Amino acid sequence: MIPELGNFSLILALLLALTQGTLPIIGAARGNLSWIALARPVVQGQFVFLAIAFGCLAYSFVNNDFSVMNVARNSNSELPAHYRFAASWGSHEGSLLLWVFMLAGWSVAVSVFSRHLPDEMVARVLGVMGMVSVGFIMFMLITSNPFDRLLPAAFEGSDLNPLLQDFGMVIHPPMLYMGYVGFSVAFAFAIAALISGQMDAAWARWSRPWTTVAWVFLTIGIMLGSWWAYYELGWGGWWFWDPVENASFLPWMVGTALVHSLAVTEKRGSFKSWTLLLAISAFSLSLLGTFLVRSGVLTSVHAFATDPSRGIFILGFLVIVIGSSLLLFAWRAPKIGLGGKFDLVSRESMLLANNLLLVVAAGSVLLGTLYPLLMDSLDLGKISVGPPYFEAVFVPLMTPAIFLMGLGPLSRWKQASLPELVMRLRWAFGVSMATALLMPLVMGEWKPMVSFGLLLAFWVIATIFVSIRHRLQNSGQGSVFTRLARQSRSYYSMHLAHFGIAIFIIGVTLVNGYETEKDVRMEIGSTVEMGGYTFRFTGASPVTGPNYSAMRGDIEVLHNGEKIRVMQPEKRTYNASGMTMTEPAIDTGFIRDLYVALGEPLEDGAWVVRVYHKPFVDWIWFGCLLMAFGGMLAVSDRRYRLKINTKPIEAATEEKDGGRAPSGNRLATGGKKG
Amino acid sequence: MMRFLLPLAAFIVLVGFLAVGLGLKPREIPSPLVGKPAPVFQSPRLHEPDQILSSKDNLGKVWLLNVWASWCVSCREEHPLLVELSKSGIVPIYGLNYKDKPELALQWLGQYGDPYTVSVVDPEGRIGIDYGVYGVPETYVIDKDGVIRHKQIGPVTIESLEKKILPLIKELQG
Repeated sequence: MIPELGNFSLILALLLALTQGTLPIIGAARGNLSWIALARPVVQGQFVFLAIAFGCLAYSFVNNDFSVMNVARNSNSELPAHYRFAASWGSHEGSLLLWVFMLAGWSVAVSVFSRHLPDEMVARVLGVMGMVSVGFIMFMLITSNPFDRLLPAAFEGSDLNPLLQDFGMVIHPPMLYMGYVGFSVAFAFAIAALISGQMDAAWARWSRPWTTVAWVFLTIGIMLGSWWAYYELGWGGWWFWDPVENASFLPWMVGTALVHSLAVTEKRGSFKSWTLLLAISAFSLSLLGTFLVRSGVLTSVHAFATDPSRGIFILGFLVIVIGSSLLLFAWRAPKIGLGGKFDLVSRESMLLANNLLLVVAAGSVLLGTLYPLLMDSLDLGKISVGPPYFEAVFVPLMTPAIFLMGLGPLSRWKQASLPELVMRLRWAFGVSMATALLMPLVMGEWKPMVSFGLLLAFWVIATIFVSIRHRLQNSGQGSVFTRLARQSRSYYSMHLAHFGIAIFIIGVTLVNGYETEKDVRMEIGSTVEMGGYTFRFTGASPVTGPNYSAMRGDIEVLHNGEKIRVMQPEKRTYNASGMTMTEPAIDTGFIRDLYVALGEPLEDGAWVVRVYHKPFVDWIWFGCLLMAFGGMLAVSDRRYRLKINTKPIEAATEEKDGGRAPSGNRLATGGKKG
Repeated sequence: MMRFLLPLAAFIVLVGFLAVGLGLKPREIPSPLVGKPAPVFQSPRLHEPDQILSSKDNLGKVWLLNVWASWCVSCREEHPLLVELSKSGIVPIYGLNYKDKPELALQWLGQYGDPYTVSVVDPEGRIGIDYGVYGVPETYVIDKDGVIRHKQIGPVTIESLEKKILPLIKELQG
């Protein structure tokens, strides 16, 4: 009964999405006010029905309804309840439902926080989002219904893939999807601008916070995925250039370019058609990622079970959505024009160069990801493209981008003076160079690549200092603190995000340069030394988990002769599937991680044990968090609140419920509810 | 105008490749075992655990080796076809009960029918490693000389039976 209710809600949601995708847009074109006014209530209705559908699926999972095919394949009665809930989005069908549910959430957020926008604009934006929703709900109902029954019911489910039985599964996919789906807002704004032919600074100001929030979610989502891979897979790596990782990284890179391009469009009115193209591309790449994961054209550890009819459907959907957007772009963008002019040396030109570098980098990653497919379709053999390609292409492209990242914030808009920049930055360059040369010696060994990576990181940090100092000198009277307080949040948000990049680079550089790894045979009582730590193996004993049995090793860690902790890596065997999983033990520290994983058992209680010492590895994820915080700070900037305050009636209601809460924050929480 | 069409042109090329890609099957890496002698195993039978079946006993006849497990939902899709095939008596089907518990496996066969001449157990998946099993179900066609002639990854379907497996068996038996 409950699954049928879910199915029925899904059909109702489809009908509402159809209405949302057609009437408001037509109404906006014809000036039919009642059709325009339809947009908001229909969006909210669709959200309610999708919430019911999602609730029904989650209910079936939590209550072990193995008469539902999806539940029987992806859950098990022994699975702990929070994983049963997370298993709702563990399969292809369920994750699609999560996708549209979040799309509806974002649409509701737009409908609620858009009171200051012209109604025709809102109608067009929501209409475009409705059309996207139609495609996805139809995809589900036609090829991948999460509520399909399995009759007669299975006694027991086949269990969720043990790799997914982790807290990461509970939060990583929702965050990532919030990011993917969030770019649909920027996309819808872009299409609305192309349809109406209007694109001005106000348009950029409206789309900017939405884009930034989506970017923040995507950043956190990718970070969580990377961290999860690190502590769950037991290989000690944090990024594998797997096709599906790339599928999330592509929209991130283009989204980063979009965030910067929007800034130029808002402040200077330039880059107009470029911004539109990036907005279309960021969302198109999110859709492409969906296609790659679900159509079976690429092999990946993430790929869902595949079925050719699904592939054809998504490809058709891609052609309609992306093809028509790009056609619309080719037709209307020449009217919108390029916007203001600027000199060769100016902040605009540096942002443009950075944008191009990001897009070229995204293009290279896309090429590497699709290369096996290209070769195979031209009948040139089956090959796979690995990390060496991606590193060889990505690092040289990002190096000038990082260099420009330091220059940009210090250059003037429209026209900057090169000699003045050189004067101002010579100290920053000297200091970062000297630190980069000396720092590796402190770490114990001088390596050119480490020095180079650190140079980039310190360059970013040094230029942030120079920029803030310069800004303060030009901010009038008062103490340093009053002058610091005078700067806008968006100014600090930029530096915070850039500082995050620097921290990220430091983490990547040092862990690649100095990590050590040992695969050793450990008898009971034997020790191994690494990075100034002594690991002593004291044996392994059986333990029983809720749905697995495991061998748990006990490894004492000694530092300077003192025991600092006991690490307990596990080797688990899951009851339902018989799959074995390595559960490493990690001791996290500010400047290093100790990472221990159990390999194979040997005779007499001895084990093969893998031990890693990973300096500064957590800085990688900490850097990503700083970038995300930077984004959140940006959307909380005062000028988005001012925008609302221009309409006194709404401002009054805002004051009541939110106090002085900045609009951007409410935007973000509104999105999270979705 | 022309340069604004470039993104669309690039997208059309991409779609062309993706469309071709849909028809390809990257997972069907040609099994290196096809055309090679099937790995020999000796393993306890599912129904009579004290008796050992050796795959050498099957020399001289064409047979199917079907990898299955009670925890495998896809196995239920192909199972009615296997039951029918075994009733027809065209070819003996041997089961490799992969990473399973005997009591669950027996209960499963009791419920859905037992198409297997003999099922052998592979609780640790050791035989599976020799055969390069990377998903359940998988089905191998093995000829009279004990050489693997075909490997079906995923459930056997009516289509794969009629187009590939049955004609191949006929040819090998002939």
